[in-house]
Parts: sequence; structure tokens; C-alpha cells
Amino acid sequence: MQFRKKKAGGTPPISTASLPDIVFMLLFFFMVSTTMRETDLKIKVHVPEATEIKKLEKKSLVSYINVGIPLENFRDIYGTEPRIQLNDKLSDINDISGFIEMERKKHDENEIPKLTTSLKVDEEAKMGIVTDIKQELRKVQALKINYSTRKGVKRE
Amino acid sequence: MGKRQTQEINAGSMADIAFLLLIFFLVTTTMDVDSGLSRQLPPPAPDEEADQPPPIRERNVLIVLINKDNQLAVEGELFNVVNLMDKVKIFVTNPRNDKDLSDNNTLAERRDIAIADNKENDVHRYTRLIKVFGSSIRVSKGVVSLQNDRGTSYKMYIAVQNELVSAFNELRDELSQQTFGKKYNDLSEDSQKLVREIYPLSISEAEPRNIGG
Repeated sequence: MQFRKKKAGGTPPISTASLPDIVFMLLFFFMVSTTMRETDLKIKVHVPEATEIKKLEKKSLVSYINVGIPLENFRDIYGTEPRIQLNDKLSDINDISGFIEMERKKHDENEIPKLTTSLKVDEEAKMGIVTDIKQELRKVQALKINYSTRKGVKRE
Repeated sequence: MGKRQTQEINAGSMADIAFLLLIFFLVTTTMDVDSGLSRQLPPPAPDEEADQPPPIRERNVLIVLINKDNQLAVEGELFNVVNLMDKVKIFVTNPRNDKDLSDNNTLAERRDIAIADNKENDVHRYTRLIKVFGSSIRVSKGVVSLQNDRGTSYKMYIAVQNELVSAFNELRDELSQQTFGKKYNDLSEDSQKLVREIYPLSISEAEPRNIGG
């Protein structure tokens, strides 16, 4: 065949022996950078947009408080008012101090002042519940907070 | 060519297996970096009168209200969120030396006051700042007081917070551009600290109460 002849005389085919190595490298990168979702949210949290945002630096020092309206399949049990979710279960405003205590126990004593509480609040929630949470956090001296937001486009 | 002694394992399908895993992790990866507006809450309110912080003069407070219908009022006047940033910047810098806007003595004046009051720490601090920024930089005592109703929507609240932060960020950018020729975010940690001393993020979130219920 004419086709074969040409090839035999031309450049040798590129070796694909290193392909698995390359793919493995990519694989390890994604394995390391993957964060599996730890908690199943029972509420809808769609955080508002902001432009002047800062990244949260150490993820291990952050504890999350989610606030939002229960998802549709939970509405029969939990109603349609915005609720607080700490870790896996829907909680009450009074559970926050306990939750912060628990988070503190997981860390060294000298890390405690660096602990940040990230408030992931749905944009449709009202400030009433947020104010309650803030008051509760003040009571237990968890003063570093972060209002979680998405990156928005700066208006000119 | 004779037969080989040991048979090699065929590694041809290795790539396929790795690809399969790769695609799995690609799909499950969520690369969301958590970001947001960082804020420091005030410590719990002291019970005794004696522990109250010294009162701030009225001209140094810019009152920003958001009511339950998400309307914004600055110093009692209805306001549009879009204009809030400029208002805050004018309030803090007080370029025309308005008596109703914030106190904005220059660094040199502040140091003189500190010397007169015999506050050694302050004198030291202002001397250090003058070395960096020059004596004619004005330092504001202005504080933005943000008050909201329980019925205010979180979206509106964040929008206002964002405007306030961006006002302070712009002021810092202007100052660092002027002094160091760089943007605030590109400065070294120490220089950022100095700029922050001139323009601290003075936003106070009031004790909760119902306004415009």
C-alpha cells in the first residue's frame, strides 16, 4: 500500500508510553485539590454578590453557619421560614454557643483567637435571624466573622 | 528472536483506567474558594455604665439606616445605594472642612494634641506616621454607624456593607498610590498596616433594635 510505504520512511510515531504518567499526574492534582462536600445542606443557600471580597485563608480555622429556607422535600417538617443549619442538622439559635464550643475544642488554645465563623446566609433571608446569630456569637466571644458572598462585578 | 523469559504485564489499559479516575475527580471537584466580607464583631456589651466607651461626637458619626422595606437613609435622608460610596468618602475625608462632617486634623495637629495631653504612645505613633506619609495627611475620626431593621433583607444589607467597604478600600488605594506608588493590595504587610492606621475600617454595627417597624 502506498500509505504504509510513506509512513515507514517518515517520522516515527510519537511514543505514548508516558501518557499514563501524565494522566496520573493530573489525577493526583485533582485528587489532592478535591474537597468532598462534608455536609448535606437541608436548606437553600444562595449567597449574595459582593465585589470587595477577601479570601478566607485557613480553611481548617473556619466554622460554617448556614441560614436559609428549607429545601422543598423538608418543608413539611421544618416549614418555610429561614432556618439555621450547623454541620448536619437544622438547629436552633440556642445551639450556636454549643457549636462554637465544640469547634474550639478541636483546636489548640493558641489558635482559638484566629477561629473565624463564616455566615453563609441565603440572600432572601431577613436580617432578624442574622442579628440573632451575631448577638449569640458576641456572647461566646467568637468575634471574627465573615459574610460569605459570591464574586460580583464591580460597577463603574 | 526467541521467546521472552518473563511475560510483561500489558500496561496499555493503564491510561484508560487513569483517565476514568481522572474524569471522576474532575466531575466531583468543586473548586470553590470561600470568600466574603470579613468583619470583627464588637465584644459583648458591658453591663455597667462605667465600662462604656467614651462617647463619639455627633459630627463624627455617619448614620446609615436600612428599614424593613430595604430603603436606605443616610443622616435621615433617603439615599440610593449607588451614591453611598461617594457620600462615605466625602464624609471621611471631609475635603472642604465642613463642620458637619468628620473631624479631620492633620497628622501634625494630632501629634500636637497628643503632646498637649501627655499621651506618649500617641505621640510616638503619630511621629512614626508623619515619617512615612508627611505631616499634612489628614486622619479622620469618622465612624460609619450601620443600623438595620429585623425585616431588612440580607441581600440589601450585604449590598450596603459592600459599598461601605469599597469606599474605605478606595481611600486606601488613593493614599498608597500617592505615598508608595502602588495599590494597597500590592503593598507589603507593614505598609498596609500603616495605611490602615490612617484609614481604619470604622464601620460600627449598632446594637439591634427595631427601626421603621
